[in-house]
Amino acid sequence: MLIRLNDPSAPLGSEITPARAYLNRRQVLGALTGGAASLAASPQAALASGAASASAPQPATRSILRGDDPKAQRLDARPSDLSTIERPTSYKWVTTYNNFYELGTDKDDPARQAHRLRVRPWTIEVDGEVNRPRRFDIEELLKLAPLEERIYRMRCVEGWSMVIPWIGFPLAELIRRVEPTGKAKYLEFITLADPKQMPGLRSSVIDWPYTEGLRLDEAMHPLTLLGVGLYGQVLPNQNGAPIRLVVPWKYGFKSSKSLVRIRFTEQQPVTSWMKSSPSEYGFFSNVNPGVDHPRWSQASERRIGEDGFLTRKRPTLMFNGYGAQVASLYAGMDLSRFI
Amino acid sequence: MARRLHRFTQAWICRDSFDSDAQSPLSTSRTVSPFLMARLRGLVFILAALPALRLVLWPVFELAGANPVEFVTRSSGTWSLVMLCATLALTPLRRLTGWPHWIRLRRMLGLYTFFYASLHLLTWVWLDQWFDLQAMGRDLLDRPFIAVGAAAFVLLCPLALTSSDAMIRRLGRRWGVLHRIVYLIAVLAILHYAWHKAGKNDYSEVMVYALVVIGLLGVRGWAWWGRRNRETPSSARVRR
Repeated sequence: MLIRLNDPSAPLGSEITPARAYLNRRQVLGALTGGAASLAASPQAALASGAASASAPQPATRSILRGDDPKAQRLDARPSDLSTIERPTSYKWVTTYNNFYELGTDKDDPARQAHRLRVRPWTIEVDGEVNRPRRFDIEELLKLAPLEERIYRMRCVEGWSMVIPWIGFPLAELIRRVEPTGKAKYLEFITLADPKQMPGLRSSVIDWPYTEGLRLDEAMHPLTLLGVGLYGQVLPNQNGAPIRLVVPWKYGFKSSKSLVRIRFTEQQPVTSWMKSSPSEYGFFSNVNPGVDHPRWSQASERRIGEDGFLTRKRPTLMFNGYGAQVASLYAGMDLSRFI
Repeated sequence: MARRLHRFTQAWICRDSFDSDAQSPLSTSRTVSPFLMARLRGLVFILAALPALRLVLWPVFELAGANPVEFVTRSSGTWSLVMLCATLALTPLRRLTGWPHWIRLRRMLGLYTFFYASLHLLTWVWLDQWFDLQAMGRDLLDRPFIAVGAAAFVLLCPLALTSSDAMIRRLGRRWGVLHRIVYLIAVLAILHYAWHKAGKNDYSEVMVYALVVIGLLGVRGWAWWGRRNRETPSSARVRR
């Protein structure tokens, strides 16, 4: 169950244009102007058809946003009301400026080394505290649940942010199919670690394989995605192909890439970053402007591609702006201690 | 008199060139034509200015990537360190090549160090912190890597201010003592860089610069040790 807290700063539901109406605004406008040009007599009809396309239940349509890569396979996905209406960061920056240490620690390394990654055949082992442990093939996962386009904010722990139109399905869909036992309290996510494909593994930055974790309720949350694409196309290798985690209210490093194993555990897993930099962040790593990184403040962020050279940084929001949906998960917890 | 003063100044700029290997700076300074020296200086001036030119042009043409502010911050920081290493390399280079005139590039490279460090600081104050004094104060107090970087810059200021011929004359022997601060600045700069990189746990680049600085300081330590051992008996003789 979702408990929505009354956040006085949040806009009223009635003030918000539904994401799909906003994203269809060109169709609405097109219908309006087209109607005005040809049939000046009936602008109402044009309006009505525009309104109908905006509010009618959406069939699975091709996503509205498109990537630039003509070779990439397209993915059909339906729009989601959980999407933000903020302007997505350009495809170019989303796919050329990111962290994926297995491919190198510089932010242009992932895109440069992406061709080394082999994403077929690919399977994910799901085991641990579940009644039906099994191995999923990637082709099966792509058809496991209807794909949705979710336009989420992404806040990197380094102080920059993006808006990314992900394609994916709720992780909860997969969790339900393996039936967690009563002992399952946490999930551990393990990323591929193959030195033949991943030149970054030669450095000892992290104790490979990259390991992350979520509490079961966080993993079951409707915002938590298994991402298989972005910008209406299959996930580019550098963004964690063929399948990755997307947890928009936590710092980006919690969203593990190129998953090969998901393990359900009773004990809280020790993540790679908890091992290598214990002084920095703990298990939760929720976006929190009030808790500084040891070497910089987290109170503000720079939106890539949008905040220009001479723009002041924008304030960072608690839970990356998803507080209304997720704050209840942490009720009663001191978030300055559980970081 | 004017000529003597000029010789004296040269001697101070080239201090190391005569007090270590008993070589007169005057005899050697005549072996290079002023024309060649001006050419060399001009070339180094242009080369050292190129990174600054790139810093200005790239963000304008959006070649600086997704995060131009990060690009400018890192680039200006890296080039301050490169210029510092180049400045420190001239004395060992002179010993290694036996060509004493490398020293005559030292002031320019030292001032370039100050220039890039100023750009680095300005990027932080302006583009990163947006002149938020409170936030900058908190950063200085809470984050040792920023405090160490700021200390290095503060120490760099008196060196830049006393780089003119007039100041060299005025300070006399104390000038050389003051400018030994540059060794401390080099150590602080490496510390600042390493601390900043701690998050990525990736010290490979830091190690390259650290080894260069250790090498440049080590050469001096070694020379100083050798000199001390050589000079002790001779100075004893003088006293007798």
